Amino acid sequence: MTAEELVDKVRSVGGKLVVEATTPLGDATVVIQREGALGFFRSLRSDTDLDFDMLVDLTAVDYLGREPRFEVVYHFMSLSKGHRLRVKLPVPSSDARVHSLTEIWKSANWLEREAFDMMGIHFDGHPDLRRILMYEEFVGYPLRKDYPVDKRQPLTEERDPIIKDWKF
Amino acid sequence: MSLVNSFSQGVVTTTADQFLNWTRKSSVWWMLFGLACCAIELMQTQGPRSDVDRFGAAPRASPRQSDLMVVAGTLTLKMALRTKVLYDQMPEPRYVISMGACASCGGLFQLAYSVCDGVDKVIPVDVYVPGCPPRPEALTEGILKLQEKMMTETWLVKRPTVEAHA
Repeated sequence: MTAEELVDKVRSVGGKLVVEATTPLGDATVVIQREGALGFFRSLRSDTDLDFDMLVDLTAVDYLGREPRFEVVYHFMSLSKGHRLRVKLPVPSSDARVHSLTEIWKSANWLEREAFDMMGIHFDGHPDLRRILMYEEFVGYPLRKDYPVDKRQPLTEERDPIIKDWKF
Repeated sequence: MSLVNSFSQGVVTTTADQFLNWTRKSSVWWMLFGLACCAIELMQTQGPRSDVDRFGAAPRASPRQSDLMVVAGTLTLKMALRTKVLYDQMPEPRYVISMGACASCGGLFQLAYSVCDGVDKVIPVDVYVPGCPPRPEALTEGILKLQEKMMTETWLVKRPTVEAHA
């Protein structure tokens, strides 16, 4: 399936959810709405023609000054069909949350934790939404564009991994 | 080590402190603690070309058996907690060499959100070795400087412990 055919197929599966469908540089890309997106992702996996059984990457982009400010970007691949798809999901800064995809693709777990840690996007329904790279006491989300360049984080007190519950 | 007197039979006299210092400086075992690219130079320092083993310095894999911690590389804030724990696990007398710009002051990554600007914010440092990264010769010099410092210790009086959290 070429990228154009793939985009048309995804548009027919997504229906009104698909806001925009393009093929920049030959990469199938769709922009979708947040409401009802979970069902769209389920059909990406269950549809026999699409069969996206692998979530390659999940990340977030901060377009500061634009509304909706954030964009969660998913990259899917179908191991059986060999085609790839990029899905963009705009998220407003006032309500920076999307539904977790951990129930559909297990690999979403740590990727969503990273997006939460770095960008502060909350994933509803995530089984263990903790910081994955920074430590618990870290204040703020460092990859947001409005994170101060010279902000210093406090050194936390020493924690004994045996006596106290030291989460890694 | 100053030999106060020397006899023809090969007998030397010295002070207890001098002798203890001489034994300790002659076997500086450092803890394997590589954090970033400085660790590559640390390995080179231990390797056959620089060979700090001739000064009695050799790597150990456990903090419990180490005399010296060479902080080699960028110290992140998250690692700073672990560094303090590892330092506390080392038996006294213990020494710290801050190797390279990153360990000394944060270096190139000083203003990064995740980087601790200097290992001396967490644990006391005896010798700072500048460089990015320091060449094996520089680290060897740092170890020799540390040995000079060790020779000035007085063991009959307990070494004052430095408060880690200033």
